[in-house]
Amino acid sequence: MAKFKKNNAQVGGTSMAARRGNLWGWVFTIPFGIVFLLFLVIPLVYAFIMSLYTSNVFGTKFTGLANYARAFTDTLFLSGLGRVVLYTIVMVPIQLGLALIFALLLDAFKNKFASVSRLVIFLPYAIPGVIGALMWGFMYSKNMGPFTSIFELFGLQAPDFLSTNGIFGALVNVVTWQWTGYYMVILYSALQSVPSELYESARIDGASELRIATSIKVPMCSSSIVMVTIFSLIGTLQFYTEPTVLRNQAPTVIDSQYTPNMYAQALAFSYNQPNYAATISFALGFIVVIFSVIFMHFTKKQSGLED
Amino acid sequence: MSTATFNASQSAGRNTERRRNRGAEKAKTNKIRGNKHVFTIVVLIVAMLYFLLPVWWLIVAATKTNSGLFFGEHGALWFANKFALWDNIKQLCTYQNGIYWRWILNSFIYALLGGLASTVISVCAGYGFAKFQFRGKKAFFNLVLGALMIPSTALVIPIFLLMSKVGMVNTMWAVLLPTLLNPMGVYLMRIYCQESLPDEMIEAARVDGAGELRTFFKVSLPIMTPAITTVYLLSTVGAWNNFFLPQVVLTNSKLFPITVGLTQWQSQSQAGAASEQVWNLVTSGSFISIIPMVLAFLFLQRYWVGGLTAGSVKS
Repeated sequence: MAKFKKNNAQVGGTSMAARRGNLWGWVFTIPFGIVFLLFLVIPLVYAFIMSLYTSNVFGTKFTGLANYARAFTDTLFLSGLGRVVLYTIVMVPIQLGLALIFALLLDAFKNKFASVSRLVIFLPYAIPGVIGALMWGFMYSKNMGPFTSIFELFGLQAPDFLSTNGIFGALVNVVTWQWTGYYMVILYSALQSVPSELYESARIDGASELRIATSIKVPMCSSSIVMVTIFSLIGTLQFYTEPTVLRNQAPTVIDSQYTPNMYAQALAFSYNQPNYAATISFALGFIVVIFSVIFMHFTKKQSGLED
Repeated sequence: MSTATFNASQSAGRNTERRRNRGAEKAKTNKIRGNKHVFTIVVLIVAMLYFLLPVWWLIVAATKTNSGLFFGEHGALWFANKFALWDNIKQLCTYQNGIYWRWILNSFIYALLGGLASTVISVCAGYGFAKFQFRGKKAFFNLVLGALMIPSTALVIPIFLLMSKVGMVNTMWAVLLPTLLNPMGVYLMRIYCQESLPDEMIEAARVDGAGELRTFFKVSLPIMTPAITTVYLLSTVGAWNNFFLPQVVLTNSKLFPITVGLTQWQSQSQAGAASEQVWNLVTSGSFISIIPMVLAFLFLQRYWVGGLTAGSVKS
């Protein structure tokens, strides 16, 4: 093999080099290609085909897009979808706002204390989402959590976090706790790459730190902000882990179709409707892609993701 | 760290100088800036308390008995009189034949092996995309970018349906194989190879007569080591945190990773009779299970941070 290559190099013709690139480029990338095919393309195609069929006691028959027509008139799916959209609208700005504030504070304030804070804020990333949700579930509990006695200290009654009214805020809090640090670290490093000459002169001209942050630093890291927003958007629309874990503690407040992913899971298992589960899953994935494409279209200038 | 301190002291020095040179007005500005520092410190302390609160609660709760969790003498945020951590660990070894440790072992298998295999695949692909021109490359890489937009949770139900079809549900493979797909890893490796692996170096190896594989192993891989570590860490963490997929494809509790096992105990404790309530095992089990990742997180911090940001800083 080595000898063959040596000959190639000596001939050095462009066509030989091109042929070599063609061969070895594929050799290196084909394992990923196979995995991509087996665990992304084929499952998606299979799920799509399944979604075109309906099965009942009489057997399975082709029903075209009937399942999709059903999904988009199914109040269980639509209310779950509406709920994750609402979560997205509330949660994404809170997480990103906090992440950006922390990143700017840590960037303006570089010392030992700041680097310890950065580590602590990032710490929840090392804890699985399931454990994070378990911990907060315990914290919310009237009997095991600290809030009952903390509120008593001020003569107040602790709110019931695991009630119909409290659960939305309770879940927003779990996710904010889990992910803010991760987004903060991404934004913080983007800020590190902003050349300091850009704002040193503004500072000498008497611009306030706040002004420097909003007029120079934030615009300079807008591509990272866009990327982080997309991550957060995709993650929230696919909401599953946290409500599933909290459902164990509050089964009457969080039902089995609370989010579209939970609904798809319930359909596949509890209701034994795999075809319709495939439909829900596919419809949700499609909506997520549309959301991200729309978002990227409107932020094309900032994102730098065009190529 | 040292650079950050250096910068801070440098700018502090510059501040003093400026204060001396410019009159009272500037001194006033600096005073306001000093107040802002107090503000920053307060905000960061509040933030740290918030982010540490549940972790502290868990540390305390892991040392309590089942009834201590409900009726602890010193409240939820302080240790009860009876320190039961060792008893809890003993019970974790015996309860349901010590299945807890089996879950921990499974999590390690899924995370370390799955992470390793997905890293190998991502490293090869990233290198291939960065260093070779081949037919169909552009379209292929666009597929990788498209895959970045599809969250792994969206694939869980389709993968489950397919695996049931081919009879692979309820095996370790059902959890391990899908973790091989790591488009983020490919993307990060490609960026790293383009930035840090000079074409001239590879060309030189070729001219010296090394074959492509030899060049890859002897010349390229050593340079790629930091990025490989990052991708391995990130994919291991991803697999360790995985919940939706194993929860859907596994029903045999002996194959559960720790995340699925603990939620099963949680729902059993919530719904079951008093004898089935193992809250103390859920809390101590959760506490022990986060130790390995938190340690890895503290000691390998620069690798995580490097990987998380490599993709974002580009623009």
